Amino acid sequence: MKIRAQIAMVLNLDKCIGCHTCSVTCKNVWTSREGMEYAWFNNVETKPGVGYPKDWENQKRWNGGWRRKKNGKIEPRIGGKWRVLANIFANPDLPEIDDYYEPFTFDYEHLQKAPELEAFPTARPRSLITGQRMEKIEWGPNWEEILGGEFSKRSADYNFDGIQKDIYGQFENTFMMYLPRLCEHCLNPTCVAACPSGAIYKREEDGIVLIDQDKCRGWRMCVSACPYKKIYYNWESGKSEKCIFCFPRIEAGQPTVCSETCVGRIRYLGVVLYDADRIEEAASTPDEQDLYAAQLKVFLDPNDPAVIAQARADGVPENWLEGARRSPVWKMAMEWKVAFPLHPEYRTLPMVWYVPPLSPIQSAAAAGKIGHDGDMPDVRSLRIPLKYLANLLTAGKEEPVALALERMLAMRAYMRAKTIDGVVDEGIARRVGLTGAHIDEMYRYMAIANYEDRFVIPTAHREATEDAYDLRGSCGFSFGNGCSGGESETNLFGKPKRAKNPMEMA
Amino acid sequence: MRDVINYILFGWYPYVCLIVFLGGSLVRFDREQYTWRSGSSQLLRRRQLMWGSNLFHVGILVIFLGHFGGLLTPIWVFDLLGVPHGAKQVIAIVAGGIAGIACFIGLSLLVHRRLFDERIRTTSSFGDIAILLMLYAQLILGLATIPVSMGHLDGHEMVKFMTWAQGILTLNPGAAAQVADVNIIFKLHLMLGMTIFLVFPFTRLVHVWSAPVWYLGRQGYQVVRSRRTNRATSARPSAVPAE
Repeated sequence: MKIRAQIAMVLNLDKCIGCHTCSVTCKNVWTSREGMEYAWFNNVETKPGVGYPKDWENQKRWNGGWRRKKNGKIEPRIGGKWRVLANIFANPDLPEIDDYYEPFTFDYEHLQKAPELEAFPTARPRSLITGQRMEKIEWGPNWEEILGGEFSKRSADYNFDGIQKDIYGQFENTFMMYLPRLCEHCLNPTCVAACPSGAIYKREEDGIVLIDQDKCRGWRMCVSACPYKKIYYNWESGKSEKCIFCFPRIEAGQPTVCSETCVGRIRYLGVVLYDADRIEEAASTPDEQDLYAAQLKVFLDPNDPAVIAQARADGVPENWLEGARRSPVWKMAMEWKVAFPLHPEYRTLPMVWYVPPLSPIQSAAAAGKIGHDGDMPDVRSLRIPLKYLANLLTAGKEEPVALALERMLAMRAYMRAKTIDGVVDEGIARRVGLTGAHIDEMYRYMAIANYEDRFVIPTAHREATEDAYDLRGSCGFSFGNGCSGGESETNLFGKPKRAKNPMEMA
Repeated sequence: MRDVINYILFGWYPYVCLIVFLGGSLVRFDREQYTWRSGSSQLLRRRQLMWGSNLFHVGILVIFLGHFGGLLTPIWVFDLLGVPHGAKQVIAIVAGGIAGIACFIGLSLLVHRRLFDERIRTTSSFGDIAILLMLYAQLILGLATIPVSMGHLDGHEMVKFMTWAQGILTLNPGAAAQVADVNIIFKLHLMLGMTIFLVFPFTRLVHVWSAPVWYLGRQGYQVVRSRRTNRATSARPSAVPAE
């Protein structure tokens, strides 16, 4: 047993209102630079839809994630090491920028400088790659917002696998949900495995996956290998970049920008202890539908004295153990089993988990007829098909998702009885395998969602890892290349001088 | 005067190029790692790159290894193996010719893409375009030497180039005289070749140094970095002056 700790995230999709505040604040902080205009470390997709980049969930096309070989070992779907190197000159599995969208801006200045005209002046689009006029914008960020576009195109959504999807194109039966996505900071990341330079690594102390900007050579295999397509090739710098889980904030005990600014308070951050020695075995689980359960077994109970002793021996600091005991992620994923990994079938053991959304009952006409289980409606009569959620979160296995939805419905029924009727109905809790105390706590965490309950982030122990003497007078956060940023007045190697990021502008 | 020019171009210039090539690469690797990359533009345009880049890279790798082995292997090795000079030249012409044609097709596609694709053209730096055209010119010059070589298949001229290249690397001051009377096409090919070494550290070509062959020897797949070990390895200057 080798115990490590990771800061993991849970997103409660039941409360996501699709406001994109997470995406915009993230963009403003991290990716509003040349070469990264098209990249969103965090984006919110409307489901069903093909997503961003288009069709990203279709691994038959993009070959992201891992494949289990006949001998029981796993290797990246893009191929083993020889195959990765053989494709290094031209990567057959790399999306083109149009699969994301061609980034654009508008001629805003024209609105101020246009001469007197008969027609009202307009700001026309212009490509941010070539600077040329774009006559028609074919695709953009969040193009399918709130079910935009025809159902025939959106229904290419891979999560419709095994569903008679035609009826969901009808207005009466349509459904939608929001899916905010960011890097999963996986336990078994394919991007790391596929990087020929060894530039991508997982941090031992908090599990954050980062790309060493100095060591990245732009071989771009990580872009293909990541099944979530959350690594972006910066065409200006020639390096790959990804969500850094706002590590400068996490180290200081602050939540990531996307979590901090979340209006719906849907995001949770907390420590999860895991056994690094069990990762490979769990990722190699034969049946895809067992991968969710296999990942649960990798997580370790922070209240178990044996685990605590071993964690101390493996160097997990005391405040991290305390954080693990108070972790909202542990409660939602392990105690209440209401949170699930995104697409566990990719075998990456992702660490950003999702609480599935409840939805209204399928139709008013059916409302009276559907099977009520006591006070609660049957989760199979909800508007969002259970199979769809299961394809998204548990490789198609419906039972765990159904139980989670039932528990959330039970929470509503229990709290309604408690606050309206003044009756504590333990029966409701018992029927979904919980106690009243559990539900009170679920209510506190999931409905009230106070800041200090949502974010339990122990600070990094820099005194154990860094030497303040070496750091004094050095530069702070920078984009590789030590303090210089790769550009100076007399630079033989760089490109024309240009501000690269907000830190350097100052 | 001709001798002096010849001596400067083929006696001195090679050393200028080699020093800048090695020193420049080292400085850039040490000081400017963030600029050290392959500079792929595949994300912006896939068309023409799949065939172009593969043909170009495979072709040029064969050509490079051929030149490296062919020029720098001591002549006595071939004599020992019983390979006649003429046979070696024919092998070089055939293998180099096939690889050269593959490389030419690939490079033509890449040059066309670089110059006439709006996205690629506007996102290219001066260096990107210049080095591509230099390689293109060098490749055409190299292919143009084949008809000249066909005129003398005894390997005599080839031995001159081997003696010159090995003379340069063994610091033999008489090396330049070896190539004083070769065809002008060979001379141009040599000069442009040396110039490519000269500009190498200032272009995206530096990615050649980083060809990730070590990936094949990496144990397992995952990479974990620990900061805990840093402290043990970093030498800490004493804050308190030694007594």
